[in-house]
Amino acid sequence: MGEWKAPAELKYAESDEWLAVAGDIVTIGITDFAQDQLNDIVYVEFKDPGDAVEAGGSFGEVESVKAASELYSAVAGEVIEVNSALEDEPEVVNADPYGAGWMVKIRASSLAGIEGLMDSAAYDAYCDSR
Amino acid sequence: MGASEARPLLEPLIYDLGAPGRIGVNLPEPDVPETQMPAELLRDDLALPEVGEVQVLRHFVKLSQLNYSIDQGLYPLGSCTMKYNPKVNEDAARLAGFAQLHPLTDESGAQGALYLMRELQQWLGEISGFEAVSLAPAAGAQGEFAGILMIRQYHIDRGEGQRDIILVPNSAHGTNPATVTMAGMSVRELPANDQGNVDMEALHAACEGELRDRIAGMMITVPSTLGLFESTILDVISTVHEAGGLMYMDGANMNALMAVVKPGELGFDVMHYNLHKTFSTPHGGGGPGSGAVGVNEKLRAYLPGPIVDVIEEEDEDGAPLYGFVMPEKSIGRMKAFHGNFGMHLRAYAYIRVYGDSGIRDVTRYAVLNANYLRAKLMRTYTVPYPRYCGHEFVLEGHVDNVDEVHALDISKRLMDYGFHPPTNYFPLIVPEALLIEPTETEVKEDLDAFVEAMEAIAEEARRDPDTLLNAPHTAPVRRLDEVRAVKELVLCCAPALPAGAG
Repeated sequence: MGEWKAPAELKYAESDEWLAVAGDIVTIGITDFAQDQLNDIVYVEFKDPGDAVEAGGSFGEVESVKAASELYSAVAGEVIEVNSALEDEPEVVNADPYGAGWMVKIRASSLAGIEGLMDSAAYDAYCDSR
Repeated sequence: MGASEARPLLEPLIYDLGAPGRIGVNLPEPDVPETQMPAELLRDDLALPEVGEVQVLRHFVKLSQLNYSIDQGLYPLGSCTMKYNPKVNEDAARLAGFAQLHPLTDESGAQGALYLMRELQQWLGEISGFEAVSLAPAAGAQGEFAGILMIRQYHIDRGEGQRDIILVPNSAHGTNPATVTMAGMSVRELPANDQGNVDMEALHAACEGELRDRIAGMMITVPSTLGLFESTILDVISTVHEAGGLMYMDGANMNALMAVVKPGELGFDVMHYNLHKTFSTPHGGGGPGSGAVGVNEKLRAYLPGPIVDVIEEEDEDGAPLYGFVMPEKSIGRMKAFHGNFGMHLRAYAYIRVYGDSGIRDVTRYAVLNANYLRAKLMRTYTVPYPRYCGHEFVLEGHVDNVDEVHALDISKRLMDYGFHPPTNYFPLIVPEALLIEPTETEVKEDLDAFVEAMEAIAEEARRDPDTLLNAPHTAPVRRLDEVRAVKELVLCCAPALPAGAG
């Protein structure tokens, strides 16, 4: 139906998060498809730096005028930084989901969860199929 | 009405009406000595409106005219929000013997009300196939909370307090996972399959894997929030039972089952009714509701109290004496007094007026009307699960090749055609969901008019999408800025003083 961006250098989860892996540091946000489906985002809430995250576990939630959704991390580890600028300006996630709209950085204790993720071509097909 | 016509001015707040010294009542001269109000109780900052009787009356009549109600036309939010409430219910609720009954009245002085509550308990048990019913919970979410607390206590009493996981399908009402969390247990979400049913493979994996001994039960809505009967429900129930869990049915959609399917006979252990949905008691403006819970023999002793029972048997001196009792291992009270009695009374009137066959007709017409609309609208819109539905169905609120039009735009445009919009964006698992529930009371002409409006809107979307994107054009207010409404809360009244202040 639509045309959503999905940069080639990122990995993608079925729950519509993107992950950027640099060594053991993983940055996570939500995809262009996700922000488009959610519509105007009005609130975000993340775990705090220092909190542990399980593989497949929630690291926060996002709320739009349409719905509230959990945010999931495909990797286990510790939250080392959150994008606190989004608390006052959650609409940045709509405007720039892969840039200024990044959400959390996690120091991964294991990168095993990366294995099951999609590349951008597979994610494009996944979005088109829905 | 054309979009260009002058729009009515919105009514000012009552605080902005009136003038100092105007009053709406004439009080007689006092016949007792006047006393000075203690100075510490006087407040200068309390801006009370000063208005005459007719101003008050006109103010609230105008506000009511800005609203849209089911007394004006089709309201496809359905029993989920407000189905038609027969006026005879209100007559019953206004009978002085009920309306003026004080909740602390001695049991001997309230036998009529107690008899009514007991009969309602029995009827609800009969309708759902359960052994016992408590009318105590104040609304659906409290009924859920009572149900999950009963399940928790049941496991604890059997020495299986480690059972702390409640399975919840991903189509569930948001209250289900919230209830589980409130009860100190944890949620495990189950996906739906492409038929809209619970994914049996995922259910088996949850019930037969390493978490088996932690499964406390499952909460499920039947028919589901997609309006679909879970065609594998018997398998679902036996799978959870075999793992040692109990089955909770969210009764929000009982309008599709009443007098046709009994959840107790399907194997459910506990359910709540929304008397304020299914049994037509009013709850606009936030309440009150009534979330009666029904249970089978396993949970009977845990029911929240008080419930009504015979406390002195009938003898040669006369009728039995009814009174309140607490079940043996009751989880306790859900609220003060005896539940929302006004709702019990209206639900009683509803069941009494319809009777067994009439209640079955309610279910049949509700299901027939929903399927009629579904079949008609499938010609124009995508219906993601194209099989027979219960009392409601979901369609996708978009028009092929018109990407800029969303469910919200279709809903807003429906208002210009004189219909209340259906539920938007729920269930979450359907993109651009429009959840449509016409209910049993709509006649074919009105259903056809709704279909025509939906077809006209799809045509407009193709020809002139801006008409939809800027809708509504004829409602008292235009498109609201929902983002600003969420982000910039403005309270029109000053917040209440904190307790103990002043």
